[in-house]
Amino acid sequence: MMLPLLLLFLLLGSIVPILLKDKSGFIGRGLVILPALASFVCLIVAGVEVVSSGQSLTWTREWVPTFDLNIGLHLNGLALLMGLLITGIGTLIISYALGYMGGKPGTMRLCSLLYIFMFAMTGIVLSNHLIILFVFWELTSISSYLLIGFDHEKAEARRSALQALTVTGLGGLALLAGFILLNQMTGTWMLSELLTGDYHVADHPLYTGCLVLVLLGAFTKSAQFPFHFWLPNAMAAPTPVSAYLHSATMVKAGVFLMLVMQPVLGGTPEWSYTLMTAGGITMTLALVFGLRQADLKKILAATTLAVLGILTFLIGIDTKYSILAALVFLLGHALYKATLFMTAGAVDHSTGTRDIRLLGQLSKTMPLTTPAAILAAFSMMGLPLFFGFLGKEYAYKSAVGGSWLTIAVLLVGNATMMVLAARAGVIPYFKKSVGELPKNPHEMGLLMTVGPLLLAAIGLLIGCFPGLVSPLISLAYTGIVAGAEPYTLMLWHGVNLPLILSLITFALGFTLMKVLKPAAAGKKVNESTFADTVYERVFKFVLMVARWSTKSLQTGRLRSYVIIIIVSSCTLILWKLVRFGGWPSLEKIGPVNPFIALLLVAMTMATLFAVLSKSRLTAVVSLGVVGYGISMIYAKYSAPDLAITQVLVETLTVVLFAWVVRRLPRYRKLSTGFERFMDTGLALIMGGVMTVLMLKSQGLFLGPRISDKLTQMSYPEGHGANVVNVILVDFRALDTFGEVCVLAIAALGVWALVDKVTTKGK
Amino acid sequence: MDSVILRTATRFLYPLLILLSLVVLYRGHNLPGGGFIGGLIAASAVMLRALAVGWDEIKASRILKPITLMQYGLIIACLSSLVGLAVNNVLFQAVWLPTWYLPVLGKLKLGTPIVFDIGVYMVVLGFALLCAKSLDSNNNN
Repeated sequence: MMLPLLLLFLLLGSIVPILLKDKSGFIGRGLVILPALASFVCLIVAGVEVVSSGQSLTWTREWVPTFDLNIGLHLNGLALLMGLLITGIGTLIISYALGYMGGKPGTMRLCSLLYIFMFAMTGIVLSNHLIILFVFWELTSISSYLLIGFDHEKAEARRSALQALTVTGLGGLALLAGFILLNQMTGTWMLSELLTGDYHVADHPLYTGCLVLVLLGAFTKSAQFPFHFWLPNAMAAPTPVSAYLHSATMVKAGVFLMLVMQPVLGGTPEWSYTLMTAGGITMTLALVFGLRQADLKKILAATTLAVLGILTFLIGIDTKYSILAALVFLLGHALYKATLFMTAGAVDHSTGTRDIRLLGQLSKTMPLTTPAAILAAFSMMGLPLFFGFLGKEYAYKSAVGGSWLTIAVLLVGNATMMVLAARAGVIPYFKKSVGELPKNPHEMGLLMTVGPLLLAAIGLLIGCFPGLVSPLISLAYTGIVAGAEPYTLMLWHGVNLPLILSLITFALGFTLMKVLKPAAAGKKVNESTFADTVYERVFKFVLMVARWSTKSLQTGRLRSYVIIIIVSSCTLILWKLVRFGGWPSLEKIGPVNPFIALLLVAMTMATLFAVLSKSRLTAVVSLGVVGYGISMIYAKYSAPDLAITQVLVETLTVVLFAWVVRRLPRYRKLSTGFERFMDTGLALIMGGVMTVLMLKSQGLFLGPRISDKLTQMSYPEGHGANVVNVILVDFRALDTFGEVCVLAIAALGVWALVDKVTTKGK
Repeated sequence: MDSVILRTATRFLYPLLILLSLVVLYRGHNLPGGGFIGGLIAASAVMLRALAVGWDEIKASRILKPITLMQYGLIIACLSSLVGLAVNNVLFQAVWLPTWYLPVLGKLKLGTPIVFDIGVYMVVLGFALLCAKSLDSNNNN
């Protein structure tokens, strides 16, 4: 029961802020923070049970049993690790957001959106059913769209939000298809079964397709190459959002998915090489990008990208140790990156700029933010006694014994990360100030400092005593890697190759710090990437095609709509006729009834009269004659209901037309002779196709006729002798209900259209 | 259009036609008729009256408000479908009352299909009236 309860708390959290004023006092703010804290506590309570028993918690509620769809939640080691990060950091972020916005208009909207996102993200990690996971996955895309575009007055924010939504949304669709293929291969929707079962999907013909689709979903979400470009742009979001979505949580959803899918889809060369290539390229591109940047948030975004690349790379190595390393790295990164983003936001708030070339000596004015930033930066550099050190150590451990390229990639990556960590977390606080800052620096309030300090402290604490988180990591690890032994994290492993590699990293890192200098102050920094330009081109192209197709299909002229409808329906019918059994035989046509023949002659003449007449009224009355003719045919073949309806509809149409005919513009020929000739041809084709279709349907036998059955059932079961009416109001009442709804909507349409024309004319 | 003959005739014809539409509506379950046809007859009656005396009098009527008619028609049809859900747990399943025998009308059989048909009748009438009214108001400008 804990699992739905904690989700419920988060949903509640999205409602509470809306009910409060932006400038709420102490109690209001407390109320906003409370639901996140409550769900965090719920998760800890549930987590203690999971860790102590070693069994995962599950909760299932039927939804659509026919489709094997249920609302299934489960809490295993990985879900617990991710969930604690999401709700724990989430609580601190909410508090930080309250301080950051400081009661400005939109404060509560931001908190509400953050809660919706937190709900979706917790949902992803708790989902047991793949479809439910997908639903939450899409919800994170949508809520992140709203969060990135929070400052919707800015064109840049709107563009970035749309870009993130387009990329992750497309990935989401691919993911859905991938899940469906996965279900085809394994026959189950439940993650808990996928994780423990033995499916051997690698030999299945659908495997490659499924792998590509699932990875598309994961790569777009976690901004892996070639979809990496949206993440730096997403920095247009307010800083609390960047700290939460683009460091600790949302971008980790893709990594989470890869971790979850590893037991099922992993273990093949395709899996390994794709992940290692994408991860390696992402990391390299991100670091090159990061070194050029001067904006604090852009630097942090670049390092986030790089870490996501390293995580993907580690999962791609696909050994027991590499999964363990990925988990340790993921935890460490969430702690220090959220801290660094929050301190960056504090610096921005306090000084009015995020340009590292201007910032300096903030340690004097910001005594609380500085230690948080320093500790986080040290953890990011991977200095001993910090949790980042462990992550790096295990990464090296998993690479040792593999190819030298793997080691080189990690070595260069970690060393460059050190440079960026120094630039983002150390230099702004100690370097001598260069220029005038837009605002006088000052320290932030409690709401904005407690989060970064707490997270940074935790990073140091569990870095010194890794035994504290060891059970958690171990549980997640044994949950993913089949047959893995529980593992205890240790600080000191003796002098071995990973330690030597760490020392080389430090040496390389400090050298790079000396060699690489940020761009000169005041110089414009190129903040866009090549992939971003490509995205822009493709996006414009799609819009162009859309505009073209709309223009050529939606002309606004009745004639072209009718042409399109007739041509396409005739083509489809003819194609079907030719494909299934060819032309109808004329043998089944019985003798012609003289009464009907006479009617047909009259109707044909009336039609010709309507076509050739020079007056609208004559044409309409002629068409009315055709309608009455049809109703007589109905009457002849004993369908009195249809006949009556037809007569009434014809009458009403003619009367209505008589009403408006006076107000129409004078009768003119608008089409050329050629057009009229073509229209005649089209009309004849339509008539011909319908005739062939009718003849064909006479000769077909498609099983017992439903009308016989309905006629039999009409009186005993429908209590009515008129089978037409019984069908309308009883057997097929749902259809009729739909029809009357359509009728009502059509009437409203007529009313709105005519009304609009009228007001325009005034 | 102003004709004394039409106006006088309409005074008698209008109630008769409305009555006819209701009879057609009721008998529809066993004989040709029903909500669609009944609604169309009623619409013809109203339009005949509109031709004779003009739209203003009809616009003043409290019952003949097209959108309200459609609205309540849809609500009635919807509610009739829910009865089946409440009684038999099947949406749109017909529920019949026991048959009554009345002195003049004879056998009276009431059930949700007739209620549903009343909804259809109202929507069809509302539809025709709204179309006619829109076209006519366009006409006057």
